[in-house]
Amino acid sequence: MTRSIFLSLVFHSVMIVLTALSLPFMMRAPVDLPPILSVKFIQITDKTNIPFAAKAAETLEKIKKKEEIKRVVSQQAPPSKKKKEKPDRIPLPEDLNKEEKEIVKKKQNPKEVKEQIRQSSEFEKKELFDPNQIAALIDKSKEETAETLKKNKKLTQSSIKTSVVNALTLSQEDALKAQIFGCWSLPLGLPYQKNLLVRIKLRLRQDGTVLRSEILDHARMNLPGQGFYKVLAESALRAIRICQPLRVPPTGYEKWKDLQLNFDANEMLKG
Amino acid sequence: MKKIILVILYLYLSIFSNSAIALVQVDITRGNLDPLPIAVSPLYIEPGSKEIKQDGKIIKNIGEEISKVIEMNFRRSGLFNPLKKDSFVQNPDIAHLKPRFEDWRLIKAQALVTGKVTVSDDKLRAEFRLWDVVAAKEMIALAFTTTPDNWRRVAHIISDKIYQRLTGEEGYFDTRIIYVSETGKKTQRYKKIAIMDQDGANVKYLTLGNELVLTPRFSPRNQLVTYLSYFRNLPRVYLLDIETGVQEVVGDFPGMTFAPRFSPDGNKIIMSFAQDGNSDIYTMDIKTRVVERITDHTSIDTSPSYSPDGKYICFNSDRSGLQQIYVMRSDGSNVKRITFGKGLYGTPVWSPRGDLIAFTKVHQGRFYIGVMRSDGSGERLLTENFYQEAPSWSPNGRVLIFYRETKTDSKGEGFSAKLWSIDLTGYNERIIETETDGSDPSWSSLLSK
Repeated sequence: MTRSIFLSLVFHSVMIVLTALSLPFMMRAPVDLPPILSVKFIQITDKTNIPFAAKAAETLEKIKKKEEIKRVVSQQAPPSKKKKEKPDRIPLPEDLNKEEKEIVKKKQNPKEVKEQIRQSSEFEKKELFDPNQIAALIDKSKEETAETLKKNKKLTQSSIKTSVVNALTLSQEDALKAQIFGCWSLPLGLPYQKNLLVRIKLRLRQDGTVLRSEILDHARMNLPGQGFYKVLAESALRAIRICQPLRVPPTGYEKWKDLQLNFDANEMLKG
Repeated sequence: MKKIILVILYLYLSIFSNSAIALVQVDITRGNLDPLPIAVSPLYIEPGSKEIKQDGKIIKNIGEEISKVIEMNFRRSGLFNPLKKDSFVQNPDIAHLKPRFEDWRLIKAQALVTGKVTVSDDKLRAEFRLWDVVAAKEMIALAFTTTPDNWRRVAHIISDKIYQRLTGEEGYFDTRIIYVSETGKKTQRYKKIAIMDQDGANVKYLTLGNELVLTPRFSPRNQLVTYLSYFRNLPRVYLLDIETGVQEVVGDFPGMTFAPRFSPDGNKIIMSFAQDGNSDIYTMDIKTRVVERITDHTSIDTSPSYSPDGKYICFNSDRSGLQQIYVMRSDGSNVKRITFGKGLYGTPVWSPRGDLIAFTKVHQGRFYIGVMRSDGSGERLLTENFYQEAPSWSPNGRVLIFYRETKTDSKGEGFSAKLWSIDLTGYNERIIETETDGSDPSWSSLLSK
């Protein structure tokens, strides 16, 4: 009995000690961590727009004005000397040819070809092959295509004409022009400052002889004060007849069987 | 219904626009600026035609003579290149019926003139055809009948018709030139008013040379001439009827009148009147004799010339200190100076086309004949020399005639004054051969107009 009482007291006392140890005042003080602050970067002037005193405000206004005057002066400074460009100018056929020639040049630029497709030994080939580079190239080609598309959207009417002219290659077109230049005797008594453009539509045979010719602005001949136009149109027709057979390409008849020649005497007379 | 129309319109436009884009276009912006090669075949003389007697000479082959005059006109114009007759393959007797175009193409002719002449007792009939050799088609065909001694005029009229057909502008061959014929030493010149065809033929003298005469000018109707004469040492403007020979003083001015010129309608004479060291511009109505003062300025206003529409007058004045050209309305209002270049400007003459004013310019001791637009812009000097002045326009406004003085004549001695012509390009400058020296030329309007 005594033994059981003894055991009960021991166990109870152990429980009491454990409980006493778990009480808060018996525990250690916790680590004092600083609280987390959120920081936002703002323009200090947004928050410090406190009105100045009356005098200070006046002084600041004066300084501001002076600075403004200085700025205006600097804006009126003479622009850097640049060659004048006429953005709205319709490109001349020669200009267009130049552009096209330049493009052709790029394609045939040996330096660029060297970098891309230069010959290499078997050992080098491993180094040359870089999947990342190929990916970059693909991306670049995409960009270029996009740019070309963008440019094509901006094509002017004359640019479209040039692309149509591509039915003849540049050399074929030049050969045809050179042939007609030699045959066209301009009437020398033409008036200045008039529209001296004659458009003639031709239907050609495969050998370059003229099957049919038609003056597109035929009605102009009968207008008062346009007597010179008839003379000019006749001279153009004469040139075609003297020149035929025209120097046309041996192939692609369907593309050039209908040909429009624009005889323009303005440039020559203005000279 | 509207929808159907819209659909049809859309289809039509799409088809049309596609076909237009598909057309290959080539711009021809250069050509040959050489004169047009033209063959002038001698006019065929019909059998039974009579010979022509003129000035004591017998003209055997009138057809060839006419073709020569036409050729010379074309050559002087600078716009045509008449081919040599030696190279012609086809004879005139066949050519006038139906040309063999292959033969004419062979000698590089682009245009061909053929024709025939019939001469009876008091009648000359000339017909001509102009052919487009390349297209092998007739361009124009006309016939004229006149008196036999008038054959040169026929040649000029034919030249004008061909010129007009091939250039699109009026010709100037059937015209006359009036000028001052000069003979004698420089210190003692005898001056007579002379009239001739534009090619220098058929010269006639209208005054005797007893008094000094200057600045003769044709009326637009070509029958009247106005000029300055020092008759009894009193310089005055006179009016002369070429047909009747009657002459009279223009206006009753107390001083010197000079630099006369007709208005475009021929009803007025505009001139300068000088008194007490000042000269102003006046007009006088030929019919009513009413005189009107146009300028009123203390400076010297002279050399007035009307615009072809008669609304404006150009003249030269030293009101700015130096002699310059001014333009004003025909009533004298709205005077504007139009020349601002270096040198002195004088003798302005308005072009018959109305677009240009010809002038004489003096700069650094040299004399220039030039043209500018009527607002003074686009000044172009056509020719330059030691001394030259007094330009006058051809009736089509393409050629200018003027006179040039040189220190030596054709023999290399003495002094000489000759008539010259130059076209608007400035390249085709030619001397006009005259029997004597000549100055102050004035070109008539077309006689056959």
